[in-house]
Amino acid sequence: MLTGLTLTEARAGLEARKFSARELAQAHLDAIGRLNTQLNAYITVLPEQDVLAAADAADARYTKGEARLMDGLPVGVKDLFCTKGVKTTAASKMLANFVPPYESSVTARLLDAGSVFLGKTNLDEFAMGSANITSAFGSVLNPWRRQGDDAALVPGGSSGGSAAAVAAGLALAATGTDTGGSIRQPAAFCGIVGLKPTYGRCSRWGTIAFASSLDQAGPMTRSVADAGLMLEAMAGFDEKDSTSSNRPVPAFSKAVGKSVKGLRVGIPAEYRAPGMPEEIAKMWEQGIAWLREAGCEVVDVSLPHTKYGLATYYIIAPAECSSNLARYDGIRFGERKDAATLDGVYERTRAEGFGPEVRNRILMGTYVLSAGYYDAYYLKAQKVRTLIKRDFVQAFEQVDVLLTPTAPSAAFAQGENMDDPVQMYLNDIFTVPASMAGVPALSVPVGLDSKGLPLGLQIIGRHFDEETVLSVGGALEAAAGFAHKPTLHAEAGV
Amino acid sequence: MSLDLATTRRIAKLARIGLEDAELETVRQKLDGILGWVDQLSEVDVEGVPPMVGTETEALRQRDDVVTDGNCRDAILSCAPEKSGPFYTVPKVVE
Repeated sequence: MLTGLTLTEARAGLEARKFSARELAQAHLDAIGRLNTQLNAYITVLPEQDVLAAADAADARYTKGEARLMDGLPVGVKDLFCTKGVKTTAASKMLANFVPPYESSVTARLLDAGSVFLGKTNLDEFAMGSANITSAFGSVLNPWRRQGDDAALVPGGSSGGSAAAVAAGLALAATGTDTGGSIRQPAAFCGIVGLKPTYGRCSRWGTIAFASSLDQAGPMTRSVADAGLMLEAMAGFDEKDSTSSNRPVPAFSKAVGKSVKGLRVGIPAEYRAPGMPEEIAKMWEQGIAWLREAGCEVVDVSLPHTKYGLATYYIIAPAECSSNLARYDGIRFGERKDAATLDGVYERTRAEGFGPEVRNRILMGTYVLSAGYYDAYYLKAQKVRTLIKRDFVQAFEQVDVLLTPTAPSAAFAQGENMDDPVQMYLNDIFTVPASMAGVPALSVPVGLDSKGLPLGLQIIGRHFDEETVLSVGGALEAAAGFAHKPTLHAEAGV
Repeated sequence: MSLDLATTRRIAKLARIGLEDAELETVRQKLDGILGWVDQLSEVDVEGVPPMVGTETEALRQRDDVVTDGNCRDAILSCAPEKSGPFYTVPKVVE
């Protein structure tokens, strides 16, 4: 079935003209029509005629032998990337009717590569969350179910709509953004592949900002090779982003399948968190064994400041968020609540336009940046961040990649972990340190837990060495042979 | 140190988020919990450690000081919730 292909398979099928881009796009629109009401993975689905017109243009290029890297491949776009003329909400009431007059650099690159956009995927409001429960447009449902249990599970967050769409066959792949784990954790929860590239690899221009020193766009796909292919289309220098890297973009899709023999894989002692569920620990051991069998040398390493990653993150990310979200003032764009004074307009607009989690993070950030507290919190956190980054740089003097679990649990039910913010933040315990250091990290689905839910392992690499990360990810994927499908997906019961 | 209501009110004012007193107390409790948790950083010795600004993987670039964009006034104004001709509108700020 067309909705079950990888990008790589679909690209080959289109090239061989086994099916047309129009048929591929139509199959996805039909799947969205059948399943999106339940999953709520898309906030906006593009008009059918626009999707099919883009597919027809791709078909014409295939016929002429001028097909591009992603030509005719239907993808979802996280609703945090501005898309020209297409509503872009960041899952917030604040931007419920915002139609950007410009295209983000990453989506412009994907369009140039021939991708066919299906719609804008749901997320936690302003990408702040780990369960996709803070969206102003409703929660996203994880297409997976526990065996013998109908409880609605969260898809992870913040790129939960993208993860659910790819897992359920509502897109061949989707874009995500990752600030502290927002690509990798939902990928693990939904049984797909998610790659957070090196900070600076993909342009941030036109992506709605959360924490600018951490935000990084990346692909969410069904295979490691697909992640390489899609990153190749997304990445590259952009003079409109002052932190964009001007290093050349390698042929990432060719990195998968390369031998990993002799590569050194580090196992960081500090990730063996007390209270780690037995099944996660076992899966990690299994991953280590697989890589050893593939010819890797396994080395114990230490990242001594790991335990401070989350606390550091929850100072730095809110600080940057409070600054970035100052622009939502009800004057220049977005929603506006009227009041008698200008301050009143600001205060009412921001109180009513932002949901509670976003408000709390802005307030937390305002506090740690305010006079009298800046040194104790923000400056201190920036110094601890230096130590966290040094841990990685030192570890990468001994090893080529690190292998860890992606998340401390499988997907949990809606309603669990909701009362205590710290409990929710712990979801990102294994993903945040790589974000703080700016290094690339990949989540690969490797197996199911005893309840039938997917688990992921994370491969972390050196700055700008996504190729080695993808090679090792490919080896892990081949050994794991993960071919399970969620309960809800486009090919079930058709 | 624990967060009091007056500080919470001041922070909300700085952030221009208008909160009722009942909401302020809820926010105070949440933030106080998070601040208590991040206090664990006080045990880290950062003597002589420089703060990390950005991720420091690339040097900041400079570019020529020339206009690279513009002539899109109407597109930009199209996003405004309220406008009057080629202007954003706000409540009267000068008495």
